[in-house]
Amino acid sequence: MFNRDRWQEIFETIRKNKLRTFLSGFTVALGIFIFIILFGFGNGLKNQFQEFFLDDATNVIFLFPGKTSKPYNGFKSNRRIEFKNDDLSDIKEQFPFFLEYITPRISRGAVVKYKNEFDNYTTRAVGPAHQFAEKTILMKGRFINQDDIKNKTKYAVIGRLVAQDLFNQEDPLGKFIDIGNSVFKVVGVFQDDGGDREERYIYIPYTTRQLLERSNDKLDQIILAFKPQIGHSGSVLFERKLREFLKKKKSIDPSDPNGIYIRNVADQLKQNQQFANVLQLIVTFVGLGTLIAGIIGISNIMVFVVKERTKELGIRKALGATPKAVIRMILQESIFITTISGYIGLFIGIFVLKNIGVSLQDYFIKNPYIDTSTALFSTMILILFGGIAGYIPAKRAAQIKPIIALRDE
Amino acid sequence: MIKITNLHKSYKMGNSSLHVLKGIDFEVEEGELVAIMGSSGSGKSTLLNILGMLDVLDEGSYLLDDVLIKDLDETKAAKYRNQFLGFVFQSFNLINYKSALENVSLPLYYQGIARKERQEQALEYLTRVGLADWATHLPSELSGGQKQRVAIARAMASKPKVLLADEPTGALDTKTSYEVMDLIQKINEEGNTILVVTHEEDIAKMCKRIVKLKDGVIVEDSKVKQVLAADYV
Repeated sequence: MFNRDRWQEIFETIRKNKLRTFLSGFTVALGIFIFIILFGFGNGLKNQFQEFFLDDATNVIFLFPGKTSKPYNGFKSNRRIEFKNDDLSDIKEQFPFFLEYITPRISRGAVVKYKNEFDNYTTRAVGPAHQFAEKTILMKGRFINQDDIKNKTKYAVIGRLVAQDLFNQEDPLGKFIDIGNSVFKVVGVFQDDGGDREERYIYIPYTTRQLLERSNDKLDQIILAFKPQIGHSGSVLFERKLREFLKKKKSIDPSDPNGIYIRNVADQLKQNQQFANVLQLIVTFVGLGTLIAGIIGISNIMVFVVKERTKELGIRKALGATPKAVIRMILQESIFITTISGYIGLFIGIFVLKNIGVSLQDYFIKNPYIDTSTALFSTMILILFGGIAGYIPAKRAAQIKPIIALRDE
Repeated sequence: MIKITNLHKSYKMGNSSLHVLKGIDFEVEEGELVAIMGSSGSGKSTLLNILGMLDVLDEGSYLLDDVLIKDLDETKAAKYRNQFLGFVFQSFNLINYKSALENVSLPLYYQGIARKERQEQALEYLTRVGLADWATHLPSELSGGQKQRVAIARAMASKPKVLLADEPTGALDTKTSYEVMDLIQKINEEGNTILVVTHEEDIAKMCKRIVKLKDGVIVEDSKVKQVLAADYV
């Protein structure tokens, strides 16, 4: 296979035809380079998308109260519906088959102070299960627990950025902060993959919030999770039953579209995943397109190269080169050039991707990458097609009678 | 050395066919220097191409060094060309990106001779045509006469049985033409068989035998008294 003489002949040809070599090599390198960059960006877009939409629990249903738009059962329309504590226990009782956990959420803005530092934050009064619904990750201490709910404790779990802003380097655990003129003890610090906004929340027990608001039993919204094993169709059924149950309980016309709103994350998730799939499709399509463009580029160059060398090949044949020798020479040369320049393009592409990756986060491209196997595979495809693109005209040139090739000026 | 009997060749031109060679019988002994003459269209180049296995015959037989040249595929033809024949063309046909030395060593490359030996032999032939000093020059840096001498060195490098020259002086001025013919005569004196296609009387007279073609048949075949090109140089 390895023939030193043949390689020497090829290196000589390459060395003495620098422009031609450069042009064909450049086409290949550029093709691979663009492929890697585009494919990497596509992956980055997908990454960012996943971070945006897929960071919360995926089996969650949100319930919001609204205003009725139809009179029903003696009530006027435009009546404001409110959730109460007993709704929680009723749902728990009614749907043990579907329900995984349930938590209320009462959101209030408040000025929060610690020593001389203060700022506006949103507090969320919640139950223990809220931690799972938001996929809150605890860095220090603990989350709100059942005892806090029972005893209406004045404990708070603060976000990472709240801790950073108010406490600076100090350890916030066990310290007392002032939330809307009530003193709370910090029992935990959390972080969240959902981004900065999520890390500026303060969690407190919902019963404590109700106590502070003149011991009412109102809830802003209810967040509940269905058992994952019931699947998407099960969740749709659950959602429908939940709606029927609550409408009946709150005396809302069954045909009233308002009154209670239900948002099923599973629905959203399905849409988001479809969108992610479309993104993947676009990325693949763009990648394939670039690759095909690259292949066409190489084919063009190879056809041109062989055409340009027709006379030379005729001379070589007159001097005793067999068709096989002619084809082998052209193929070996073209594969050599495409391999070298293909890998040059590959490495430059990966290098550029690595280095500009971070600075593109503002443009919705996060951590662009291309996996090694895709990169190597596409480079190999390009080399293969470079070879085929060289082989066809080379074979034709090798079959031309030398007398015709020699006449070619 | 060469024996041709009843050679026919025609070319298809659309619907009609053009009968170029109409039954040629022709023999060349070893060591001969033959001029093939004729006006354009007489078939002299076609004859040479067939002799050089650059083209195939339609009818008749062709014996080269007692080998019947028949049913050649390109691979076989290439081997025979490499083994038996050396070519000199009117337009030199040197590979323009290779130096004089590399051009001369190319047929040796296809004979599978090792690089070092190849270059030694090539340099020897370049020395014989008086161009040893120009070994590293590209064809574009050589004059027409020098190019043709490189081409002759290349044709001789593979030690062919027959040297075929197609209008070797066609692109050269008279003085250079005689220099090239002087070289061809010297090579012939060493015992090599040479066929020269030409339409110039004076060049033909520098050969030992003149074969005249007209409309695809040989009309005259006579030995002549050779004029030495050296006398004019």
